[in-house]
Amino acid sequence: MKKAGLAALALAAALARQAVAQEPIKLGELNSYKVFASFLEPYRKGWQLALEEVNAAGGVLGRRIEIVSRDDNGNPGDAVRAAEELLARENVSFLMGTFASNVGLAVADLARQRKALFLAAEPLTDKIVWENGNRYTFRLRPSTYMQTAMLIPEAVKLRKKRWAIVYPNYEYGQSATQAFKALLAKAQPDVEFVTEQATPLGKIDAGPVVQALADAKPDAIFSSLFAGDLARFVREGDTRGLFKGREVLNLLGGEPEYLDPLKDEAPEGWYVTGYPWYAISTPEHDRFLAAYRKRWNDYPRAGSVVGYSMVMTAAAAIRRAGSLDSEKLVAAMKSLKVDTPFGNIVFRELDHQSTMGAYVGRTARKDGKGVMTSWTYSDGARFLPPDAEVRKLRPAE
Amino acid sequence: MSSIVAQLLNGLASASTLFLVAAGLSLIFGVTRIVNFAHGALTMLGIYVAYSFIGAFGITAWGFWAGVVSAALAVGALGALIEIALLRRVYRAPELFQLLATFALTLVLKDFVLWFWGAEDLLGPRAPGLRGSVDIFGSPFPVYDLVLIAIGPAVLAALWFLLRRTRWGRLVRAATQDREMVAALGVNQKWLFTGVFALGAALAGLSGALEIPREPAQLSLDLTAISDAFVVVVVGGVGSIPGAFLAALLIGEVKALCVGIGTVELLGMSFSLSKLTLVVEFVVMAIVLVLRPQGLLGKPWGPSRAAAAEVEPPLRCPGRAVNIAAIAAIAALAALPLVSQGYALVLAIDIFVFALFAASLQFILGAGGMLSFGHAAYLGIGAYGAGLLLVKAGWPMEAALAAAPLAGAALAALVGWFCVRLSGVYLAMLTLAFAQIAWSVVYQWDALTGGSNGLVGIWPAAWLGSRPAFYWLTLALVAAALWLLRRALFAPFGYALRAGRDSPLRSDAIGIDVHRIRWIAFAAAGGAAGLAGGLFAFSKGSISPDSTLAVSRSIDALVMVLLGGVQTLTGPLAGAAAFTWMQDAIARNTDYWRAILGAAILAIVLAFPQGIVGTLRARFGPREDRA
Repeated sequence: MKKAGLAALALAAALARQAVAQEPIKLGELNSYKVFASFLEPYRKGWQLALEEVNAAGGVLGRRIEIVSRDDNGNPGDAVRAAEELLARENVSFLMGTFASNVGLAVADLARQRKALFLAAEPLTDKIVWENGNRYTFRLRPSTYMQTAMLIPEAVKLRKKRWAIVYPNYEYGQSATQAFKALLAKAQPDVEFVTEQATPLGKIDAGPVVQALADAKPDAIFSSLFAGDLARFVREGDTRGLFKGREVLNLLGGEPEYLDPLKDEAPEGWYVTGYPWYAISTPEHDRFLAAYRKRWNDYPRAGSVVGYSMVMTAAAAIRRAGSLDSEKLVAAMKSLKVDTPFGNIVFRELDHQSTMGAYVGRTARKDGKGVMTSWTYSDGARFLPPDAEVRKLRPAE
Repeated sequence: MSSIVAQLLNGLASASTLFLVAAGLSLIFGVTRIVNFAHGALTMLGIYVAYSFIGAFGITAWGFWAGVVSAALAVGALGALIEIALLRRVYRAPELFQLLATFALTLVLKDFVLWFWGAEDLLGPRAPGLRGSVDIFGSPFPVYDLVLIAIGPAVLAALWFLLRRTRWGRLVRAATQDREMVAALGVNQKWLFTGVFALGAALAGLSGALEIPREPAQLSLDLTAISDAFVVVVVGGVGSIPGAFLAALLIGEVKALCVGIGTVELLGMSFSLSKLTLVVEFVVMAIVLVLRPQGLLGKPWGPSRAAAAEVEPPLRCPGRAVNIAAIAAIAALAALPLVSQGYALVLAIDIFVFALFAASLQFILGAGGMLSFGHAAYLGIGAYGAGLLLVKAGWPMEAALAAAPLAGAALAALVGWFCVRLSGVYLAMLTLAFAQIAWSVVYQWDALTGGSNGLVGIWPAAWLGSRPAFYWLTLALVAAALWLLRRALFAPFGYALRAGRDSPLRSDAIGIDVHRIRWIAFAAAGGAAGLAGGLFAFSKGSISPDSTLAVSRSIDALVMVLLGGVQTLTGPLAGAAAFTWMQDAIARNTDYWRAILGAAILAIVLAFPQGIVGTLRARFGPREDRA
């Protein structure tokens, strides 16, 4: 009797598993689609493409993946509510996405509290893997520190003494400035920072700022402006001759989402990090480029690569974990290798940062629009501080 | 020295732009007494329309200026349409309801722009023929900025001529002073108002269109423009066009100098003045309003007869049936975790928190007649007080939460000391100024507050960690706080507060210290908002300036109160529930949730001019309340 009961139970369990197998794996995605549209629309296209590819190849663990996407309004409070909704109502297996640093950190902390995996795709803040790093949070993009460090070799080679700095006055701009000053002063002790302009995010008063930078008579300028602020800065600086005879470094300045709107006014000869999609020729990028163009009839931006790689990471993690259990997923994320359009990346066990890199090059104009020339790929793994330092920054689990 | 001269010129260019946005707002307010929140959206529309027109006309000098002018005309025409179709229907509604209507319009216009032009920034062309720069004291200065510097005073002169030297202008000025009298003399007020609104809108459109060569068209421009315009109008004195010009000059110059002077050494500390650009216009506004409560050139205006004629029925202590209903509602809500432990609780906690927040605003707005545009400051300071005590000082969660209302009340007492002496829109703008200053301090003080990132790890104690436990805690605290607020309103204190609202002079004569009563009410409201902030922090686990202190939070609270009805005690609760639920439910299903929310608010405004609860009561409530 007992045996029969057990057999029936096993049969029921097997049937239940069968039923579950037909249900898709639900993943939760949230981002500030309206607030940072120029980056996140291509990002959405990127993750949709990856999702279709994964599902066309049979999904993972024999199940299709379904992504439930939410707009967080760029507000951490709304983002936490959206994340709670994804976890509690939609029963998603884990969370991914986010753009702004404060939103990323808020969702990361919720993930820690709810013990759910969070794949932070885009937020650049160093704190999300270091000072505020936690067991459940992993970050895909190269951080502010890494991208700044990638520009340092170029800055050192210029041998300029007087530097002026302009940055958007919030976490990203502040930490880029801090990292730049520390790293450059270390490599070139006689460097002098002659002025620093902190401009309100999205509201740069470009005329006075350009004037103030010019009055400081710098040899070179380090900027971490982007989007509308960058456009205003470029136009005003050009009109007022700020860039004549001066070298300029601009973090993210080569990303198509920020370079393309400048059209024929794109600056020439600036050192930037970015994404020269038109010139990269590696098998993995060629394949991605062809698929993206076929699917969207448009060219990819940096955001497209982030969105695409995010879903590929999620699929790889589930495959490796062989389960949707949070702890197993976390274990699988550690040292996880993922193939991305930029080549193979690894999520470091040490601080949960991926080794995805960025392209460093100089801007130029071609056919009435900005491009990156003489670029190289900077592998993220080479631009992180020594392990001992990272350990000091990151709280013990 | 030459660099300072150049910066002063930069300041003049910004001042011209500021003046153009503000002039239209000031004009509209002066005549119609409508605080046109949609003015920023009209400015934004101006730059988008100009972008398309210039694209269509071709990038030549002719095409550029034709594009700019036709954009201004198009926005002016839209303004006329808005006035005829919408505002005419709400002139008789309470003033605040008009604010809500124009706010809803902002939401609709924003989503229209999103739908029509897309979300990406659009960088327009430079002005053909004016692309270059001229040398002024050795610094190259853009020619276009010189043109802008000239346009500001030119518009000022044209407006002066229009208002002082034409018959239409005389009628407008007469309407500004006494619109009933103008109507009694046989002037068709309706068309006067339509004309003024169209002119104001056209000025907004023009100011947007003229920015084409200087900044990309983007969706955040509406809020930037409206906040700049409000500040300029209030600093200059509401309704005064020359005042607006003076204020624009002052703010433009102070901003440019902050950037130009750069780092200063003070008492051995170096501080970059450029960081002040975050908030400098609000600092200027706070100083001006504290010293000159009517703005630089403002004059007190006579009371509007329409408003004085409608005396709302006094609040009465609700009877036993209402108390029983309230207890039953709380009991029903307390049973919710038995039904669902999932997202319903998350949403309900948010609704409770915002209900308390909105009720605290209603407390000073409804009973005290004090409009606050900066109520988020007290929510934020409560949240940060609790968060800092927990994370940085290591206090237990219960103690940190208990400190939240104290923090809110303390800040409100400080701000209130300056604010309660003012009234109307000046009071509202001074509260906004202090809120923005609080926001910028938190935003900038990285070492303590975590700067723009904020603080994380603010979770409830273990015994309150589960969702139902925290839900019950929130329900209990919010219900208790609401009961206290209500109790205060029916105590002699509440009667004194309302007496001060309705007739400061008579209250004074019978020995009520009106300022003191208003000040205490302000602090109490701050305390309630602070408690809401503490609960907010522990329900989210993290706080940042954007989620707690931003101006949008203050606006949300105001919308909730107006949605529910200003003069009812249950209004804010209904408003908070409706607003939060709508935002949550609509946002999930459409990209255009703002437009739908805006349309819903417009429908409510037109159908329930007293707010949801207010109108229901007027229709179905006790006989004395029925209109």
